[in-house]
Amino acid sequence: MNTTNPLTILIASIFTHNIALVYILGMCPFIVISKNFKTALGMGISVIFVVTLTAIINWPIYWKILVPAKAEIVSYLIFIIVIAATVQLLEMMIEKFFPPLQSSFGIFLPLITVNCIVLAVCLFMVLRKYTFIQTVFYSFGTSVGWALAIIIMAAIKEKLSLVGDIPKGLRGAGITMIIAGLLAFAFMGFAGMITLQ
Amino acid sequence: MTPIFILNAILVVIAILLVIAEKFLVTYGECKITINKEKILTVLGGDTLLNYFAQYKIFIPSACGGKATCGYCKIEVLSGAGHIMPTEEVFIPRQDRLKGVRLACQVKVKNDVEVLISPDLLAAQELKVTVLKIKDLTQDIKHVFLRVDEPSSIKFKAGQYVQFRIPQTDEFRAYSIASNPSQDNAIELIVRLVPGGLCSTYIHDVLDVNDQITLTGPFGDFYLREDSTRSIICIGGGCGMAPIRSILMHLAQKNMPRRVMYFFGARSKKDLFFSEELLALQQRFSNFRYVPALSEPKPQDNWEGETGLITQAVERMMPVNGSTEAYLCGPPPMIDASIKVLTQKGVQEIYIYYDKF
Repeated sequence: MNTTNPLTILIASIFTHNIALVYILGMCPFIVISKNFKTALGMGISVIFVVTLTAIINWPIYWKILVPAKAEIVSYLIFIIVIAATVQLLEMMIEKFFPPLQSSFGIFLPLITVNCIVLAVCLFMVLRKYTFIQTVFYSFGTSVGWALAIIIMAAIKEKLSLVGDIPKGLRGAGITMIIAGLLAFAFMGFAGMITLQ
Repeated sequence: MTPIFILNAILVVIAILLVIAEKFLVTYGECKITINKEKILTVLGGDTLLNYFAQYKIFIPSACGGKATCGYCKIEVLSGAGHIMPTEEVFIPRQDRLKGVRLACQVKVKNDVEVLISPDLLAAQELKVTVLKIKDLTQDIKHVFLRVDEPSSIKFKAGQYVQFRIPQTDEFRAYSIASNPSQDNAIELIVRLVPGGLCSTYIHDVLDVNDQITLTGPFGDFYLREDSTRSIICIGGGCGMAPIRSILMHLAQKNMPRRVMYFFGARSKKDLFFSEELLALQQRFSNFRYVPALSEPKPQDNWEGETGLITQAVERMMPVNGSTEAYLCGPPPMIDASIKVLTQKGVQEIYIYYDKF
């Protein structure tokens, strides 16, 4: 098992190992849903919720069921199915118990099922042999990092759309990729802070 | 063996959990959908308005199969729909939002809902048709003849469209009816091959004589205003020929009671179609004029007619006339440019009817 301090993992996964800006994962919503600050915030919060929850559910399934039964080979399938089911359940619960939340962040839930960072977090937790506590910190940190990145992106794009004069050929995904590149440079500044393997 | 066993076991557990959750969490009970304050549908809540309408054979236009990407299924919801979704905001301008316009595919029925649907839409029905004949009009446009089997006839206004359901999918595409409304047991469509287009590729490559197809319709507020006596300008490009041909055939049957000028824009001579039919119409009626214009005539075309963009032809040929109404059908840039020219020629904007595609 991995012996890194969970707090270190938390900080690392938000800043130095940001999943959007360093690993370039979860790009589809990062490009498409970052047009306005409010929706980016909604998407960010949903991702934090779903990623943390699914990692917490998938950890015991992997280490307590699949590993003892030597069935690691089906882990990808199981992870994806568990993610889809969790999202479904979550959607039903939000609709039933918190209807006001439904319109602000419930609609992002179905989109998240196919977001690759949800699966990536489950795979990394296995690859790096995180303990349960480490997984909780790691999944929370990673999703907060992703939310942070999309919120920054949305804020920049919102301002750009108000005052910016973007060359025609760069509008849309083009300028988003350039901004993402610059943000990634900025986040490289954190790199000396912590080193993880 | 174990991995498969484990996989199945986990799947079963998840399925059971979901079923239980659905039973306890998703219960809306019976909901009433009131349409235009008269018709009431009683449904078991949980699905979208669009799906309930389809169950009760009310056909709202929709091309994307309920994914909020086409924006066709707009209806007015008076009460019971909850907040507008961010997925809908793109399609609904601010003043419409205040009226309660929503996309039927995005409104989930959780309680009693009251909606307004225009009577024209309520007249739309599901049509089973059989392909009689498919003819090439140009290298990328086909003329499709369909016999209406069920119900035995179709009633539509000249200029309206039907939705073509691509077999084995939930996808629909809209095509204007190109035939005379008085011929009610058969309709004709004109389909241009759109590169990469799902439906047009299907019609061009797969569809064959005697195939059975499902259509819904008729739809659309682009149709000939028959109570008017104004003279008529029609402007069409490409498949924009279809609704205008229907309008012209209808007028011809009534002995062309109004002055009509039809401008048709194409690239070169090989993109023109129905020329003989339209020229014959021009011979028959002195107050009908057909003006084709080619934007890039080829030397071998020996073209002596109008050249340039269709809007330039309109500018040159059309007299300034305040009591004119216009029917435009074609690609959006052509329509926008035409509206500009027409208003300069004194046509009032409320009398310009158009169908962009």
